[in-house]
Amino acid sequence: MTAVQKTRPGADTAGRRGAPPPEPAPAGPSPGRQHGRRRRRTAAVTPWLFLAAPLALLLMFTYLPVADMIGYGFTDWDGTSPDRSYVGADNYTDLATRPQLFEVFLVSGFYLAASFVQIAVALYFATVLSFGTRLRNLFKGLLFFPYLVNGVAVGFVFLYFFQPDGTLDTLLRLVGVEGEHLWLGDPDLANPSLAGVSVWRFTGLNMVLFLGAIQSIPPHLYEAAQLDGANRWQQFRHIIAPGIKPVISLSFILAVSGSLAVFEIPYIMTGGANGTETFVIQTVKLAFQFDKVGLASASAVVLLVLILLITWIQRRLVPEERVELT
Amino acid sequence: MRRKSTALVVATMVAATACSGGSGGGSGEIAAPPSDPAKVSGEITVLTNRSDQLADGTLKKYAEEFGKVYPGVKVKFEGLTDYEGETKIRMNTENYGDVLLIPNSLSRKQYPTFFAPLGKAGDLSAKFDYTDHATVDGQVYGLANIGVANGFVYNKAVWAKAGITDWPATPAQFVADLEKIRAKTAAVPYYTNYKDGWPLTNWTNAIGSPTCDPGSYDSLARTAEPWSRGSDLHTIDKLLYTVVDEKLTESDPTTTNWEDSKAQMGTGKIASMWLGSWAIGQIRAAAEAAGKDPDDIGFMPFPARKHGKFCSVLRPDYQYAVNVHSDKKTAARAWIDWYITKSGQAAAEGSISSVKGAPLPDTLKPFSDNDVTLIPQHQKNVTEVNAVDKASEIGITVQDYRQKLVDVARGAADGDMDSYFDELNGKWSEAQQTLGG
Repeated sequence: MTAVQKTRPGADTAGRRGAPPPEPAPAGPSPGRQHGRRRRRTAAVTPWLFLAAPLALLLMFTYLPVADMIGYGFTDWDGTSPDRSYVGADNYTDLATRPQLFEVFLVSGFYLAASFVQIAVALYFATVLSFGTRLRNLFKGLLFFPYLVNGVAVGFVFLYFFQPDGTLDTLLRLVGVEGEHLWLGDPDLANPSLAGVSVWRFTGLNMVLFLGAIQSIPPHLYEAAQLDGANRWQQFRHIIAPGIKPVISLSFILAVSGSLAVFEIPYIMTGGANGTETFVIQTVKLAFQFDKVGLASASAVVLLVLILLITWIQRRLVPEERVELT
Repeated sequence: MRRKSTALVVATMVAATACSGGSGGGSGEIAAPPSDPAKVSGEITVLTNRSDQLADGTLKKYAEEFGKVYPGVKVKFEGLTDYEGETKIRMNTENYGDVLLIPNSLSRKQYPTFFAPLGKAGDLSAKFDYTDHATVDGQVYGLANIGVANGFVYNKAVWAKAGITDWPATPAQFVADLEKIRAKTAAVPYYTNYKDGWPLTNWTNAIGSPTCDPGSYDSLARTAEPWSRGSDLHTIDKLLYTVVDEKLTESDPTTTNWEDSKAQMGTGKIASMWLGSWAIGQIRAAAEAAGKDPDDIGFMPFPARKHGKFCSVLRPDYQYAVNVHSDKKTAARAWIDWYITKSGQAAAEGSISSVKGAPLPDTLKPFSDNDVTLIPQHQKNVTEVNAVDKASEIGITVQDYRQKLVDVARGAADGDMDSYFDELNGKWSEAQQTLGG
């Protein structure tokens, strides 16, 4: 969300607070004035006091570890030994000379394709639920629920779901599709199955984002459109879609970076076996199975740079624009 | 910077607690067993992976028994369900209990950094087995409580139903027997436990069995191509490959479930699995819980004979060590010695005691009846073997490369057995050259 709602008001206040008092103080300050200045000084500190807690957490749990990680990337640390030596850019040369390490990005393609499906489905449900559907709050809850379930639990539930002759096969039999499928065992099905789980899990989140944006569209626009004889599709096409464009483009950015960094679901369900290994799983294995924390840190840095780069390109292609709805 | 500040915090904490402790712990000091039990005192913390025994009070009972001999020592347990993961992280501080199990992922050369020496290798190896698994520069850093023999846990009733009475003596015969089981019974002849993964890693513990050579694992350090015909790894992995290739395993390896497989073997739905001897007890219990005869569960060695005898490799389970930063090393050592030699824990669970000369448990009676040779695994070059293994990114002690082997065998990945073995050989020799040069 932060990318969309540029923190304009905050920046404004900070600017004003930082500026010196507008009028020069005359000689021989009265006690009243001094009191006022002190109050103004306290007021200048207040926002920073509020910011202190989140900033401290952000520094401690995001920027410091990242800085450490970048540091490890230049060492040959094995993860436990108390000493490590500086190896310069060796880890990066190692990565660059082993293209097979980047083949796993092909797996990300499945998740990227799935995230388009996910955005489409979420957009559909968000639109349908934004019109006065009966039991809409119940459906909202049902659709959002998968996102609240712990990833490990999701993994285990879907292991049973995908077992041969398990839940999915039984369901398919009800609609006349016979036979046992190796949903995770068949290498051609394994990645689509896992990507499907990810769609199931994250559609609700996308839907809630879209729903929130849709609700900020003034209702009189629909009324006017209805008076002009616009049907539901036309309302979606010409009011909703342009109205929530920033959120949709944000979703695509998140989808791309998310599919490059898939980890949880494949790690729990297959551990990266059977051709489902992603770049992050590979990195974790380098660090904790083969004790190459230095190399793993370097590849994490590469992933970070890659995601930043792709996001930047995306922003250049689809620049952010303010949408005025009145 | 951050590392320094955590070290400072830990140091302050240690300094604060050290006042109550007595003799401070400097590294290099031997955690010797006490000469007079009455004089030892203090409270020690024991990290354990057996959170089940902590919950059902078994460990507390041991601690009470221990308290009768050492009235001054109080034993406190900390159960960790993800023992490997949590301990490894805690070992970045100084605060990882007084007694702990050495995590498997720790490499041997780091032992002196984290653990206090327990004594000279020559002295301790006369009393305990497996001390060479934790020896660095002539000092022993860990003592195992129990040892594990490796073999196939199998359901005798199912094998008998297929008309097999004798243990197969060659890999080919083993495969033929599994084919009989598939033809004559409804059971899955062999269950890979591919999803959980660690049962696949256990195949590595068969190294040494086919050639009946205690130095087989050691020799990997010098072998350029460990997967060439005639070597142990070739024999072992070829057997697994063939079993999967001949479709003698479960239909979908990617959705297997270890907990489930115990009950399935107990009820005869699975005929065999390659495991450590510790699993026999658990599967017997599963059979009993399902209302079947626990005596149906048997144990057989790897199908290969040397001079007419089967061989099984003995390996230690987790080894107990004393934290090098502990200030109650004597009490900690007293607990380790008492737990291994006096508690009777090994016998109570049907495990092989690591005390030299202790009798084999009932679960291994078929091994002693059939005169199976139990061989140790020499540990002279283990550090080198591990270094090559990690550098090559093959991971003979992790599941990934065998999962890939199963995938190749069942046609889910490209290649065949020979091309895959060639690939592994290539990686191994390349890593060896990189490290050597």
